[in-house]
Amino acid sequence: MSAVTPLADHYAGVFADLRKALPGRQLPWLEAIRERGMAAFTELGFPTTRNEQWKYTNVRQLTKHTFAPAHGAVRSTLSSGLDQSWLPDLKTHRLAFIDGQYAPELSAPQGLPDGVKLSPLSLALQQSPELLEEHLAHYAHGGANGFAALNEAFMQEGAVLQLADGAVLETPVHLVFVATEHAQPVWQTLRNLIVAGANSQAAVIETYVSAGKSVYLTNTVSETVLGQGARLHHYKLQEEGLEAFHVATHQVHQGRDSDFESHSLSAGARLARNDLNVGLAAEGANCRLYGLYIGGGRQHVDNHTRIDHREPHGTSRELYKGVLGGRARAVFNGQVYVHPHAQRSDAEQSNNNLLLSGDAEVDTKPQLEIYADDVKCSHGATVGQLDENMLYYLRTRGIDEAHARALLTYGFAHDVVERIPLAPIRENVERLLMAQLPHADALDDELVGELT
Amino acid sequence: MTLLSVQNLHVNVDGKAILKGISLDVEAGEVHAVMGPNGSGKSTLAHVLAGRPGYEVIEGSVHYDGRDLLAMEPDERAREGVFLAFQYPVEIPGVNNSYFLKAALNAVRTHRGEPELDAMDFMQLAREKMSLVAMPNDLLKRSVNEGFSGGEKKRNEIFQMAVLEPRLALLDETDSGLDIDALKTVAEGINALRSPERAILTVTHYQRLLNYVVPDKVHVLANGRIIKTGDKTLALELEKHGYGWIEKEVAAA
Repeated sequence: MSAVTPLADHYAGVFADLRKALPGRQLPWLEAIRERGMAAFTELGFPTTRNEQWKYTNVRQLTKHTFAPAHGAVRSTLSSGLDQSWLPDLKTHRLAFIDGQYAPELSAPQGLPDGVKLSPLSLALQQSPELLEEHLAHYAHGGANGFAALNEAFMQEGAVLQLADGAVLETPVHLVFVATEHAQPVWQTLRNLIVAGANSQAAVIETYVSAGKSVYLTNTVSETVLGQGARLHHYKLQEEGLEAFHVATHQVHQGRDSDFESHSLSAGARLARNDLNVGLAAEGANCRLYGLYIGGGRQHVDNHTRIDHREPHGTSRELYKGVLGGRARAVFNGQVYVHPHAQRSDAEQSNNNLLLSGDAEVDTKPQLEIYADDVKCSHGATVGQLDENMLYYLRTRGIDEAHARALLTYGFAHDVVERIPLAPIRENVERLLMAQLPHADALDDELVGELT
Repeated sequence: MTLLSVQNLHVNVDGKAILKGISLDVEAGEVHAVMGPNGSGKSTLAHVLAGRPGYEVIEGSVHYDGRDLLAMEPDERAREGVFLAFQYPVEIPGVNNSYFLKAALNAVRTHRGEPELDAMDFMQLAREKMSLVAMPNDLLKRSVNEGFSGGEKKRNEIFQMAVLEPRLALLDETDSGLDIDALKTVAEGINALRSPERAILTVTHYQRLLNYVVPDKVHVLANGRIIKTGDKTLALELEKHGYGWIEKEVAAA
């Protein structure tokens, strides 16, 4: 069961050395969470493909490295500041983090309205320990797997956003997580918490990028709690370097009539694993989950989503699309679980994959589990290649084959992108698509911003 | 001048012989109609000229403007001025109609040695040509053919043709699924393109489009062969008597 013991010993050693330096040392409840996490990791180790949840994602490439915490005595910064391509052309309240540490010189959280607090985790632990004690690690489960366990033990930094009842944040919050170049493999352990009071409203963007090309691990967990009638739009843009490993969990807990919309883009990393778990924990809660993953070369990208319809009248909509070339491999596992009490639940899920090469591979598994009798649920999954009729049609208009292929691939992905309500983010994603898709250099920049 | 010359063309689709020796010459400035019952090979003829992959030419030749058309890729044919209006235009979700058409036009223009049009000039041209087929402006902002009605799809084909200004237009059942007003509008769009340098080859089951787009020659296709060629009156006879009499006449001969 347990992974290679020397590895567990290594991380236990790191934990012993580091724990005094981790934030929140004065808080016994947090110490207990950290110890619980370390104990869970010692027991679980890193997941293997024998674990059903990791059947198609082998983390051997990752576990052959021994990662050291990236945060040393001297924090890195970026001499040239944040790259413009990481920032949407949009006014935001921004918190930036370098190698898992807060970077105030790159942050600009100013101008928050009354009833809204946004601070780095380390500061929030000092300023509002009660809030954190009430919520931190109450939703995400450290025992879920070795990564979640390590995150509990080592959680270093991240953002805490608190919205009072009725608070409406017009300007989105942007969290930028940058990893810099290191001589040795390093990790950053990030932890975010969003607590949205009744009828509050906000948009949060999480951006994960690399400023270097070296090997590192991002281990990030976000927890979101939505009170009655709260509305949150959440964006996750993962565009890290090709040597990066990215393992993430977002656990969302929804109150009555609350509304959650998620847009997830996975375009970087050697291996990326996203777990997005949404609990519709009270009547009338709605969620919409949209995702786009793009892989080439030897990239591996795995999206696991789980939606729990726990109470009546919940609605969930989910659309994930993948574009895979080279020898890339993708996994989609979408679980929709309708609990016995959750009558009148309405769930739709679909996952479509486009394979651009004969060596690309996808394992898709939609999973509906329904224990209530009065529900409306549907799901579907497709894996295919570019449509020959569409290619032919474009070519009969004079568009050459490479351009036609690029255009169709773009069109396939754009179906998800066009659902992004914030235009500057949509345009950033469109630009990223243009940069990542094969043959996309054949496309005209004018595609960006054109609404279909 | 002979713009299109088809000689003894034999074509297989999925291993099955569909065209069994077609010969026809179309002069610049002419409109030819190929008529015939379902399954006679009309659409195959249109698509083999456009270069559909998987259509296997067993025998014969096609010359376009003196060049070997069959040696060209479909997109090369289009850039050389061949245009096929599809019977069933393909829906392409996520691909913006105006981006698509501008890309097509600029590919054609570049090939002709003309400068590319920028977004503004393109929109001006597009608006002008859209009015020709009474196509609503918003169709330009939508994904290519996605969610278009049957009539809108056909208008979009003729609109594309008007923008690309081909020398050889192949119209595959362009009249099918159109009400009479739409048919007249589409016919006007086609007629606007008639000129001494261009030729039109229209493939149709029914005669009604030919009331508005009057052909110089009518060919009757049955079972993969042209069994009769005549002028526009042949189309009227076919309309009146159906295809049966002509097949009998040919069998008796």
